Amino acid sequence: MEARIDVSAGAGDEARTTGAKSESAALLASGVVKRYGSVVALDKVGLSVAPGELVGLVGANGAGKSTLVKIACGLVRPTSGTVTVYGTPAGSREARRQLGYLAELFRFPGWSTASEVLALHQQLAGSAGGETERHELLELVGLSDVARRRVEGMSKGMQQRLGIAQALVGEPRLLLLDEPTSALDPAGRRAIRTLLLELRDRGIAVLLNSHLLGEVERVCHRVVILAGGKVVADGRPDELTHAGGVEVQTGNGTRRFPDARREDVPKIVSELVSAGVDIYEVTIIRSTLEDAYLEAVDPG
Amino acid sequence: MTPTLIIARHVLQESVRRRVFVVVLVLTLLFLALFTLATVEAFNAQTPFGGGGSFSPHAITAVTMNGLGVFASLFLATVLAVFLTLGAVRGDAERGLLQPLVVRPLGRREFLLGRFVGAVAVCVAYVDVLYALVVLIVHQAGGSWPDYVIGPGVALAGAVTILVAMSLLGSVFLSTTANGIAMFMLYGAGLVSGLLAAIGAALNAHTVLTIAHDITLALPFEGLYQAALHALGSNQTGLTRVLVNLGPFGASHPNSVPFDIWAVLYLAILSALATVGFERRDL
Repeated sequence: MEARIDVSAGAGDEARTTGAKSESAALLASGVVKRYGSVVALDKVGLSVAPGELVGLVGANGAGKSTLVKIACGLVRPTSGTVTVYGTPAGSREARRQLGYLAELFRFPGWSTASEVLALHQQLAGSAGGETERHELLELVGLSDVARRRVEGMSKGMQQRLGIAQALVGEPRLLLLDEPTSALDPAGRRAIRTLLLELRDRGIAVLLNSHLLGEVERVCHRVVILAGGKVVADGRPDELTHAGGVEVQTGNGTRRFPDARREDVPKIVSELVSAGVDIYEVTIIRSTLEDAYLEAVDPG
Repeated sequence: MTPTLIIARHVLQESVRRRVFVVVLVLTLLFLALFTLATVEAFNAQTPFGGGGSFSPHAITAVTMNGLGVFASLFLATVLAVFLTLGAVRGDAERGLLQPLVVRPLGRREFLLGRFVGAVAVCVAYVDVLYALVVLIVHQAGGSWPDYVIGPGVALAGAVTILVAMSLLGSVFLSTTANGIAMFMLYGAGLVSGLLAAIGAALNAHTVLTIAHDITLALPFEGLYQAALHALGSNQTGLTRVLVNLGPFGASHPNSVPFDIWAVLYLAILSALATVGFERRDL
């Protein structure tokens, strides 16, 4: 897998296509522009997701994340540029056959049960999984005991999990998840994280749009940062983050060595011990994805 | 099962689960009870005029009560049609109900067609069953059948089909509330054109007739409704005919093949506009 880092905001005048090559990409966006009147939501965005790759898409509100995801699943038409799903134009029947989608704002009919929601989507997706698939999906998201409960009787978190189960109907090869954990409590988020890791292991390509950077950092192979409709950074989490010094807990308090790296730790410890300082803990600090994100969206 | 039929079945299932049918059934039974009472009383209250010859109070009562039944059937079916479809596209998209469905490998055209088929199936069945019951009640109370029984049923089915298509088209471009308001205003405009036509015919006012005619072309459900009313008493002659036409449910113009062709064409145009509008719409 090839990745490229570019944290220079505004440097994205040319479409950037990173990660997977076009012929093998689960999702490939190239030079995508979307305008709503005078507002430019996406400005020559290039992005790719390889089969089996879990890519996090992060950015501020209005950065264009949901628009890009909607273009990928054919809900929104790009002003220009191309998007393909496994080589077929996004929005085409063939492309939609291969993807599962969880919208940021979605609702299922309150009168239908969890099982009926999945059955409808099975029929529309042409899935022959039947009751077995429904049971497996509901079990996967922890709703197997409420299969016959009406949606209107479910909490927001349960509906969110049902939405994820719905997105997985028909064993899609590409999952587009727009804020899948937004309505979940910490336990629900952990469950979804585990599910994402399982999907990753199964080789399903996932584009995860999320504000929760810690979550993205933990599960994603690669992270794409959008700002002002442009890709401003794209790379593996460890490429986007960087060393942030060393912190030593001593008997006299915490000592910080902001420019130190991992290799410097023995020397630091040795010098402190020689100076008669008691050492209780040494921590190698690494910047977080949040730091990388803030650097990328606001380099100044 | 094709995606269109899956969506149509979903519409029917929704109507059943949301107890739309229960509410409609209860209110319809209430209407039928009142209608039966009114029809029996109307036939009992006939005053024996001495006109004789071409004048038949009994026929006027029968045609008028059938006309009232046709009017009520269409009105109630219109309410059903509008409420089943007014938020089908934009409303459901704003509520987030539409997106999970249309990303599935069914085309937007098929989705729209499914909504159309589901709503038409419900509304046409409703309007024709109600019309049949109205005809039976009038027959039981007064012993007479409409001059044509099948024709008005077909015309009502056509009128409701057009109303469903209009509401679906509106749902592509308008918010739920705006579409509902627009639909009932257009329905009212159609009724006004029918009254204008009756006034124009009574006064022989050519311009009024032309205006009514143009509105009917723009809203052909009204023309089909007028055709249904006309067929109820089209064999009446003389003074009876004149009095029926001057009444609230009189219609002086019969159905015509060119108008039927226009109604079908109109339906095709609405369908095309709705499909193109939906295909181009960002969700």
